[in-house]
Amino acid sequence: MKVAIIKYNAGNVFSVRCALQRIGVDAIVTDDAATLRSADKVVFPGVGEASTAMDYLRRHNLDTLIKSLTQPVLGICIGMQLLCRHSEEGNTDCLGIFDSDVLRFDNSAAPGLKIPHMGWNTIEPCQHGNMTGGTHCKLLDESCTGKYLYFVHSYYAPVGSHTVATCNYITPFSAMLQKDNFYATQFHPEKSGTVGEQILKNFIML
Amino acid sequence: MLARRIIPCLDVKDGTTVKGVNFVNLKNAGDPILLGKRYCDEGADELVFLDINASHEGRSTFVDMVRRVAENVSIPFTVGGGIASVHDVGRLLEAGADKVSINSAALRNPGLIDDIAHNFGNQVCVLAIDAHCVDGEWGCYLNGGRIPTDRKLLEWAYEGQERGAGEILFTSMDHDGVKQGFACEALSELSSRLDIPIIASGGCGAKEHFLDVFAKGHADGALAASLFQLNEIHIPDLKRYLSDNGIAVRI
Repeated sequence: MKVAIIKYNAGNVFSVRCALQRIGVDAIVTDDAATLRSADKVVFPGVGEASTAMDYLRRHNLDTLIKSLTQPVLGICIGMQLLCRHSEEGNTDCLGIFDSDVLRFDNSAAPGLKIPHMGWNTIEPCQHGNMTGGTHCKLLDESCTGKYLYFVHSYYAPVGSHTVATCNYITPFSAMLQKDNFYATQFHPEKSGTVGEQILKNFIML
Repeated sequence: MLARRIIPCLDVKDGTTVKGVNFVNLKNAGDPILLGKRYCDEGADELVFLDINASHEGRSTFVDMVRRVAENVSIPFTVGGGIASVHDVGRLLEAGADKVSINSAALRNPGLIDDIAHNFGNQVCVLAIDAHCVDGEWGCYLNGGRIPTDRKLLEWAYEGQERGAGEILFTSMDHDGVKQGFACEALSELSSRLDIPIIASGGCGAKEHFLDVFAKGHADGALAASLFQLNEIHIPDLKRYLSDNGIAVRI
């Protein structure tokens, strides 16, 4: 099994690599197109700002490469948001895999709720089966039900046709997206204890 | 529902974990990596590693320890102590830290908060404030509580938020190590005035103090060191107690 982590200018690559190591996967961190194409699984992590990250991806031709990948790809946090169509953060056109437009949280009607949404929150798998072929969220299993995951973000993808799990903070939003070979989590599985590790395992086992 | 966080703090000096009583008389208590891993297994929501001597002696935090923590724990962690530049922050984040806490350096150079937020995002920047109450007014201190400043707690915390801090870690020097409870009134005021999460530190000695800090102090997280280190409170017991009393916690 060859797992590649996309190397770009958004942080936390090392944390993702460590988390994979803890579940017995020795991932390589690379921006080399051939290596990424030939990997069995690709992880697209990220902590950072959308427009800066997209600029970097475009300059390094990683934008077209990511879109062309056919093996399972996992986007994490900003990685997930970059897989969406557009982000309000820096008014950025993103990769357009998922048909969501990422928005900034607005707490004007909920002043007690702070931004960023930072900390542990629970997620709900979607029941509506609106996926291609009516599939459910493939990265969640029963051991994940009702468990807490670690979030840090000020922008969110609204619930849409590719949403497979939701979280509620100020408004319901997409905790997980899924379309064809693309999987994504708004939370950080690499920082979410044993539940997060289980989700990473489920991705590796796809 | 967003859970309230329980955050064990590890004060690190010369590579080992220590706990101060009112910032002096440091007692030694273990290997930071093993202890961090134990906390993680017990259900801690986050960890904080403070290089307590760094600011005093001008040393920078141990990057190697940070890297080993990142390899071994699966929850977020913050590193603090002696961080004075964007370069220091970059090195710690590369080593796997999720956030950095800045204290004295921010009081000396408030623009550091803007720089960290601009380069790495607000969520990375935790503004730690050590304050002491004199005649009803909370003043901020430098260098681990050694040097008073003319900054007041509320105005400094607010300025920190406006400059881009993602979180405030407020330690009451009056309550720290005394085990009579957190500074709930000051915390509640901070929480109501600010839009960013407030982490309470200093003063807990019993489970009830945690209930108070969430229910009355409206803190988003509560931090403690010796209590967890010396096994005086077991994290799973604490979380069950909080949950039984209506506080949302991750179990």
